[in-house]
Amino acid sequence: MVNWPLEILKAVGLAAGIFTFLAVVAAMFGVLLERKIGGWIQSRLGPKHVGPQGLLQTLADTIKLLQKEHIAPRAADAAVFNTAPLVVAVAGLMSWIVIPFGTLGERVLVVRDLNIGVVFFAAMSSITVLGILAGGWASNNKYALLGGLRSASQMISYELPLAMALIAVALEAGTLSTVGIVKAQEGWFGSFAFRQFPAMVIFLVAATAEVNRVPFDLPEAESELVAGYFSEYTGMRFALFQLGEYAEMFAMAAMATTLFLGGWKGPVLPPLVWFLLKMYLIVFLFMWVRWTYPRYRLDQLLNLSWKVLLPAGLVWIMITGYRMAF
Amino acid sequence: MQVGLLHYLVVSALLFCLGLYGVLTRRNTVAILMGIELMLNAANINLVAFNKYVAPGALSGQIFALVVITLAAAEAGVGLALVMAAYRNLETVHVDEINIMKW
Amino acid sequence: MGELAAFIILSAITLVSAAVVVTSGNIVRSGLSLVPTLLGVAGLYVLLQAEFVAGIQVLIYVGAITVLILFVIMLTQGGTGVRVRQTTGQLPAGMLTSAVLAALLIAVFRGTVWPSLAGTLPQYTAGPIGATFLTSAILVFLVASFVLLVALMGAIIIARRER
Repeated sequence: MVNWPLEILKAVGLAAGIFTFLAVVAAMFGVLLERKIGGWIQSRLGPKHVGPQGLLQTLADTIKLLQKEHIAPRAADAAVFNTAPLVVAVAGLMSWIVIPFGTLGERVLVVRDLNIGVVFFAAMSSITVLGILAGGWASNNKYALLGGLRSASQMISYELPLAMALIAVALEAGTLSTVGIVKAQEGWFGSFAFRQFPAMVIFLVAATAEVNRVPFDLPEAESELVAGYFSEYTGMRFALFQLGEYAEMFAMAAMATTLFLGGWKGPVLPPLVWFLLKMYLIVFLFMWVRWTYPRYRLDQLLNLSWKVLLPAGLVWIMITGYRMAF
Repeated sequence: MQVGLLHYLVVSALLFCLGLYGVLTRRNTVAILMGIELMLNAANINLVAFNKYVAPGALSGQIFALVVITLAAAEAGVGLALVMAAYRNLETVHVDEINIMKW
Repeated sequence: MGELAAFIILSAITLVSAAVVVTSGNIVRSGLSLVPTLLGVAGLYVLLQAEFVAGIQVLIYVGAITVLILFVIMLTQGGTGVRVRQTTGQLPAGMLTSAVLAALLIAVFRGTVWPSLAGTLPQYTAGPIGATFLTSAILVFLVASFVLLVALMGAIIIARRER
């Protein structure tokens, strides 16, 4: 039978390891990367004073955030107000359970290769919506509530094209397991970026909207709604919301590399290095889009999802099914 | 002690009765719909438990549970649309105030 | 032993959260408490070796239906946070009915001897479920998708503003 205490210890240890890796890399390095890349695209230097080349900037920012005072509005519902950022952070981090980082000899480096991996990933990103809705309502602030409702409607609208892209890839690979999907991509031109190009476009657009990034960041735009659903959050809780969003963005990038770019496969370098290279390529793509395009209005955003991406996703699934059958 | 069929049936019976209590005693229409969702979930637990312990040859219980989840989603959508329309016209969501019949 | 511990923890989460759903005075708390209930049920499905049903339960029930319920709560009277009386006058009758029904169901379940037919569940259920849907249960699949389409159209028509 299964050795329960050892399994629980392994699960807790891996979870702690992944969360630490993500908290350090995704949140800290990712935020710094965003500011540096934004600077270079806008013909200026990013942060460069704190530490060599500005590398310790995010550490300094995090320490500043953590020592800020925790303010909660008096009429806010305290239990919900405090749990909402936890839900967003944990859901963003849970999606990393099914992402394969590479191989070490024969073993695939993945926390759990679930046989419903792709469904689990979609499910975790739909739990994030609940944290945002709860955070927006619990702040007892009409801007936060509006921001929360807008953000939630945006995220649920874009979950559908995301799921369509995932279904098309799973159809072609014949399996819902992420490791199986990577193993179904062989060679330079066998990756799903070529065979499933429309699905990749749909996935990347839907992923940008799912993590509330520009050009789809109306719910958190400063000129529109102060800061949207996290207007009333300070200090550690704000840091947790940001951690959740950045972890989810990195998770979407990691999922895009597993689904479309062949995961860890590559000629000379070790698999883990290839995986990180490809993931950072997609993260760079997300950041490049962020600093280049203006923001969509809410009705344009929802039109894009329901009237463009969803029919395109359905048609592509039909085409993929036809190709698989004949 | 092994976890057997009876354990799952007891959990689902308790969940069903909690849902029934919600439907019978709450004023807010949305709360009544939440009670209905609890009852549907209890039935689903029953179906999947019977699939595993009584009839594991075919996957009929899980298929039935998936169809029930689909129909529950459809019913929640239509029910909540009705609640929104009622709120817009009658200004209330409490079932004991929606009483525009003659007798 | 581990399975029993997992079952007890998951059932406790499910039943306690369900109790909060049906008895809380604040409708938003009751809606938010539906989330641990449905997640607990998904955990019970995993224990019952129905992992695909568990994944779909989280994706659809927790990710979509709960969000829909919370939206409607926040857009109607409950969203203001004003505390109103949440129970009708039928509280004693309701409690009696559900208690009697619970006792009756549990007594029936304990007294029945369930048969045990042959066969084993497949180790990974996602593939066989798909195969069954497209071969023997295909009529159910098509009818369920029609029902969803009609419900989608109906909900949009009912909920739109009259112009």
